[in-house]
This record gives sequence, C-alpha cells and structure tokens, in this order.
Amino acid sequence: MTLLKVKGLSIRYGDDVVVDDVSFKVKRGESVGLVGESGSGKSQTALAILGLLPRQARVSGSIEFDRAQVIGAGEEALNELRARRIGIVFQDPMQALNPYLRIGAQLKQILLSHGLAEKGDADTRVIEMLAKVGLPDPERQFGAYPHQLSGGMRQRVMLASALIAEPDLLIADEPTTALDVTVQAQILDLLEDVRDNTALLLITHDLGIVAGRCERMLVFEDGKLVDSGATTSLFASPGHEHTRTLLAAAPRVDRGAVPPGVSASTLLSVGDATVSYKELNAVYDVSFAVKRGETVAVVGESGSGKSSLVRAMLGLVPMEAGRVVYAGDILKGPVEDRALSQRRDLQLVFQDPASALNPQMRVQAIVEEPLLVHEPRRPSAERLSRVVAVLEKVGLGERFLRRFPHELSGGQAQRVAIARALILDPKVLICDEAVAALDGSVRQQVLDLLRDVQKETGLSIIFISHDLAVVRSISHRVLVMYLGRLVEAADNAKLFSAPKHPYTRALLDSVPVPDPVVAPKRAPLRGEVPSPMHPPSGCVFHPRCPIAEAICSNKAPTLVDHAGTRVACHLVAD
Amino acid sequence: MSMNRAVKVPVTFLMAIAVFALVGPWLSPHDYITTDFDNLLASPSASDMHLFGTDDLGRDLFVRTMLGVRVTLIVAVVASLVSLLIGVAYGAIAGFVGGRVDAAMMRFVDTLYALPFIFFVILLMVAFERNFFLIFVAIGAINWLDMARIVRGQTLSLREREFVEAARLTGVSTARIIFRHIAPNLIGIVVVYVTLTIPQAILVESFLSFLGLGVQEPQTSLGALVNVGVAHMESASSMLLIPAGLLALILLCFNFLGDGLRDHLDARHTE
Repeated sequence: MTLLKVKGLSIRYGDDVVVDDVSFKVKRGESVGLVGESGSGKSQTALAILGLLPRQARVSGSIEFDRAQVIGAGEEALNELRARRIGIVFQDPMQALNPYLRIGAQLKQILLSHGLAEKGDADTRVIEMLAKVGLPDPERQFGAYPHQLSGGMRQRVMLASALIAEPDLLIADEPTTALDVTVQAQILDLLEDVRDNTALLLITHDLGIVAGRCERMLVFEDGKLVDSGATTSLFASPGHEHTRTLLAAAPRVDRGAVPPGVSASTLLSVGDATVSYKELNAVYDVSFAVKRGETVAVVGESGSGKSSLVRAMLGLVPMEAGRVVYAGDILKGPVEDRALSQRRDLQLVFQDPASALNPQMRVQAIVEEPLLVHEPRRPSAERLSRVVAVLEKVGLGERFLRRFPHELSGGQAQRVAIARALILDPKVLICDEAVAALDGSVRQQVLDLLRDVQKETGLSIIFISHDLAVVRSISHRVLVMYLGRLVEAADNAKLFSAPKHPYTRALLDSVPVPDPVVAPKRAPLRGEVPSPMHPPSGCVFHPRCPIAEAICSNKAPTLVDHAGTRVACHLVAD
Repeated sequence: MSMNRAVKVPVTFLMAIAVFALVGPWLSPHDYITTDFDNLLASPSASDMHLFGTDDLGRDLFVRTMLGVRVTLIVAVVASLVSLLIGVAYGAIAGFVGGRVDAAMMRFVDTLYALPFIFFVILLMVAFERNFFLIFVAIGAINWLDMARIVRGQTLSLREREFVEAARLTGVSTARIIFRHIAPNLIGIVVVYVTLTIPQAILVESFLSFLGLGVQEPQTSLGALVNVGVAHMESASSMLLIPAGLLALILLCFNFLGDGLRDHLDARHTE
C-alpha cells in the first residue's frame, strides 16, 4: 500500500533547477535508500516532502502523503504532518536539539503539544522511548542537556524524538555521517530494530549503508532520478551509467586487490612519540617507520591522536617526548626552527581544501608561494612554468591560474592543495583525511592521482584516514590507533585478511560493505571512544573489548611482534 | 561582480554632500563670518542669497552649514583613520603573537573600557587649549578599542586556519604570513567596521560641539549649528531643522553603507 507518492517533482531557485521531474513511491513499512553525490538534489527532495523548503524555492509537481497533497498545504496541516506522521533525523543532532532544554523536556513537548499523551504518563512514555533507543540509565538521562551527551547518544535521542509520535515515515538525512564507524554501526542497527512498521527514507552518500539496510534504492544525479529498483538487483545489474560509476567508486573493505609491501630503505622514523595538550595525552609512546616509496596509513576513530601524531612530527605542535629521524637527521623543535631543506621534503595536505587555501589568493599565487620561499632567485617566467607543470600533473590546466578558491569545486580545490604540496618535489607527503570531504568519484580520482605521483617520483605517503575501505585500496602498511596508542601495525594484506587486535577486527566489521549479498554484521562494539582526558586503566580498549579479561584492566599491553604484525594485546596468540 | 545598490546609493549621496560642502561656499556671495545687520535671524530666502537664512548674529547660514558639514566629515574620517591605525595594529599584534602578550594587551583594553570616556574627553577639553587636533585624538581614542577587539578576534581565528598552517610548514616568513595571509582576510571586516565607526565619531563630535566643548567659534560644525538652532527653535525652526536634517542624512548614509558592504562581503563568502 502506497504511503508516499511523489510525481513530477521539480524544485528550482531562480534559473537553477535542483530537482528535475522526480517521481517515486514509498510503501508502508518499506525501507528506501536515496543515494547520490553532494548537490544531486536528494536532501532537497526530502525537505520538499516535509514542506520545509525555503520561501524562494519554486516547487511544481505533486507529493501525496497518505493521499493528502503536501505541496501548497497550509502551515497547520504541515505541522500536523511533521509532528505525527513523519519523523526526521538529520546529520547533526546538535543543531536539531535545543541546547537550553533538557532532553526529557524536549521529548515531552512533542507528546504534549500534539495531544499524544496525558500529562501524567508523558514522563513514562519518554523514559520508555529513551530506553528503547539504547540510552543507558534513561531515568537519569531524562534530565540531561544535549551537550552532556556524546555524539552517538545525541543521535539516539534524535531518533527517539523522531519516533516517539509513532510516525508512518522516518526520513533520515545522512544520520551517521558525523559519527565514528563503530558508533555508526550501532545507530544503523538501532534504526532497523526500533522502527517497527515505520517506513524509512534513508538519504546517504554511502552505498555500503544502502546495500545492507534498504530494500529499494533511488539513485540521484544532478537533480534527476536516474535509476531505481530493488537494492539487490540494482547492485547486480545497474540500470544507469551513473549507478555503475557510483558502484565503481565505492571501495570495499572486505575484498579487492591489496598493494603489496615495499622493500626499500627506511626514510623516516618516529620513535616513542608522546604528544600532550596540558593534562590531555593525545599520543602516547608511538613508534613507526616509513620506507621510500611506501604508503603508510594511520587509521583510527576520533580521539585516536592520528592528526596530533603527524602535526607533532612536522613541528606544528610540540612533541613532549620521542624523536623523528628523517634521512639520518633528527628533526626537532617547532617547524620554524627547522632547516628549510628539511621542511621542503615533508609536505602536508589537509582535509578541508576550502580552509587550506587562502580565499584572497589566486591559484597561481597559492601554488607558487613555496617556490618563492625555497627558490627565490628563480626568474618569474621559470616559476610560472613550474606552476603550470605541477597543475597539469594534478589534472588541472593553465586556465585555473587566475581562479580564486571559491571558483573551484571541492575536488579541484583539493588538487590545488596537492599541487602546492608537490611543487617542491617533497620526499614525504602527509595526507590528513585528504579525501574525506570529497564525493566518491572525485575521491577515486584523487587517490589515483596520489598513486600515479608515487609511481612516478617514488614519493612516500603517510595517509591518515578513518575510512578503512579507502585505506585498503591505497596503503602498503597500516597502523591502527586507539586513544593515542598504537594497537596494531601490519602490512596491508595481513591486516585486512587476518586482523589480530580485537579493536582492528571490530573496526573492520563495522564498515558497511557496498554489496547487498554480504549481510551487514551487527555492531561489534558497544559504547563510544572514551575521552582522552580520562583514559581507562590498563589496556585503554578494555571497557569496550568483547574479549577483555581481568589482566586487561590492570596492565597496559606493549606492542609485540606476532609473525610480522605488531599487536598491543594480552590475549593475542600466534 | 558589481557592487550592489545598498552600497552605491549611500556612496552617491555622501559624494554629493561632500562636493556640495566643498564647492557651495564659493557659489554664495556671503562668507561665514561677516554680519549682515539688515538680516538677523532671517528665514531662508533667495532674494538676499541667504538660502538657509541667517543666525542671530546675521551670519549667512548656508555658508556656515557647508562649513559645518566639512568640519564634521573631516573630524569623522580622520578620527576613524586614527582608530583604524591604532586598532588594527594593536589587535593584529595581540591576536597573532598570542599568549601572554595577548593577555596583557587585552587587559589594558579592558581597563580603558572601564574609564568613563566622555567624562575623560570633557576633562581633556577643559584642561587643554581646545583645538581640532585634540578632538581627533579624543574621538579616535574612544573608537580604537572596539576595532582592536574585532581585529584581534578575527586574527586569532585566521591564525588557526589551515592555509596559515600550510604557509608555516613551507617556511613562509612571519611578516609575509601577516601581510599576505592574515591582512587581506582582515580587510573586509575592517572596512565594514570603519564605515560603522564613522557615524559614532560624528555623533561624539556633535555631542561635544553641542556642549560647547568641540569646535570653537567662529568655526563651526553640524553639532555646534544644532546647538545654536535649539536656542532659536521657536522663532526660526529652520536653524535647527537644516543642520539636524543634514546630520541625520549623513549618519544614515554611513550606516547604510556599512550594512551594504557587510552584505556584499557576506554574499561573496557564501557564494
């Protein structure tokens, strides 16, 4: 039975068509995934269903929810619809929750203002709901403010508030994008467990999530609905070119060719590095080495200290203890005190290209600046030709020279940032979540670019990422960090085929696989990463570890070599 | 990218007023100081070329008003430049150097904020010879505090931006980071803020002149003219209305200009 019927929906802002003639249906109780890259119109479609589009939007077509027309409906009818019939979960729960109200009061308000419960039993209903979404100690959390909860817990509260009115449809717009992968797995499980007969419209860029959790999927491209059908059949035989592109760009953590290890001399090594910010221990006693021409990935969830580690290596933040040896020289002190020749060999690419490029400088000036510092005597014509050459290397041409950063797309901006890092022919390129902000197909292009440059120049790459599927496809060796500690270090093939540390295993099991044939695993870990301000005793992972024993809470494990894999766990046997 | 109307309209008005104030007195047969005994407190009329009438001493108010506009605009612009120079330098240094220097510099600003400034300025005016220069200094001394705070805040956030980090990594010198990376990103907010401090400066100058502490006779400013106008409000209302109206128009133009510029810059960032 059809619950939602969208027909010929178009949304435009001025001359800009953001959604173009989209038609689809959602049946009662069904789960439908809405996938597409950023700007494909998927969120706009969801907002139209909710009647939440801004005033400037010109909407045409028809949206029928339970046979009632949504487009052009009065504010009262829309309020009723949103309060009782459609629940919403957004990406950022902090923006959707009122920071000044206790969460119990916010949920109660929903029930009371729409006459869904009597005053007397509203509290009990709310506490029941909080318990249902897996909030520990719901009676106490009833009186908590949103900021007192962790990101995952806040998203649970959002889910509770979306479902408390028992709506017919739940719209979830990138509900887990801001969460760590182990927490994402928990929320996705929860989404499945608690929705009963509520239909689900899940908006996501992650094909892995759709593959495991949705019966049907809709594929958006540039505002058009280009492909739709049962998830299994669409994955098996995509009906549209764009679906094929998206699938090809979705890396898999569970299979695929793995780059072999590199046997060459060590170029850079870090020994016993510790980084602290006041009493917070961000990185604790981490050692690793990078060979020439090798890509080493550093993987971890938020708070794992992976960014602090490389920032300390580069001298951007002070390293409390430990040493960095590059090509036989010890690098120490803040970056300003290091020799220029050492600085030019180590370059960094940031996560967000929008913030890594000075908005007031043109591409030419941005890419040229390192040359001005390191080779000031070079005539300007020669500098220009170097800039053009490096821009061409990253797939941008001469026509980009005069552009400002805001005139570039995300992928182009990241290429400019890479060009700036490459113009000095560095020996080590450090990529700090350098592809995390990019759409799938663009991400693949940037990864290919990095591989090509490496093949051509023998560059070593330190690749920091939270995304294990990407790491699998690019790195030769992988370091797994948890709460500032290195817990496992192994060659790519070993790590992905035979992970030894329970945390590594859990991480791998948490990553959604873009293949509907592979049944999604239940979330392997409970809880979230503890605050680095108060790390647990003994092995810092023990409170979440599925196999922890008594020794784990008393004694911190050290890294031990098990057949080529270094693991910090008491319970690993060869 | 064309400037929006919210910027063009107030700029046009301000230019017209400024040109008029410069050229106007030449076109009149009268000067600002000669008494016309036949026309004391005359209403505006074209017959004697007293376009805005005369004051109680028979001086031509058209010329005096133009003179007042000049003085008011000069005081406002110069005072704002003073606050701009002190405020930007102070704020940028505090923000970029950071740490203890920043803390000490900003506590000094807090201390100055705590002084009752109008009272301080009045004392200054009473204690020293009243002159133009002192007015600039007094008004600039009030306005730079806000500017310093705003620039410091902006610098602090810019310093943490990744493009500054990237520049540090490559070895770009501190001076070049400040001039090439920090300063150009400050210009927007500073320009907007200056156009919003100008009306403040105008108001302070008018207030001082109204109290008789600002510009001294026979020189005049819009505030001083309003002061005289108030005394003759009932017999010759135009003596109050004309300078007060011009003052209001100038303030309005600067406020609109500031808002317009801010919208313009916002639009460029959100594009």
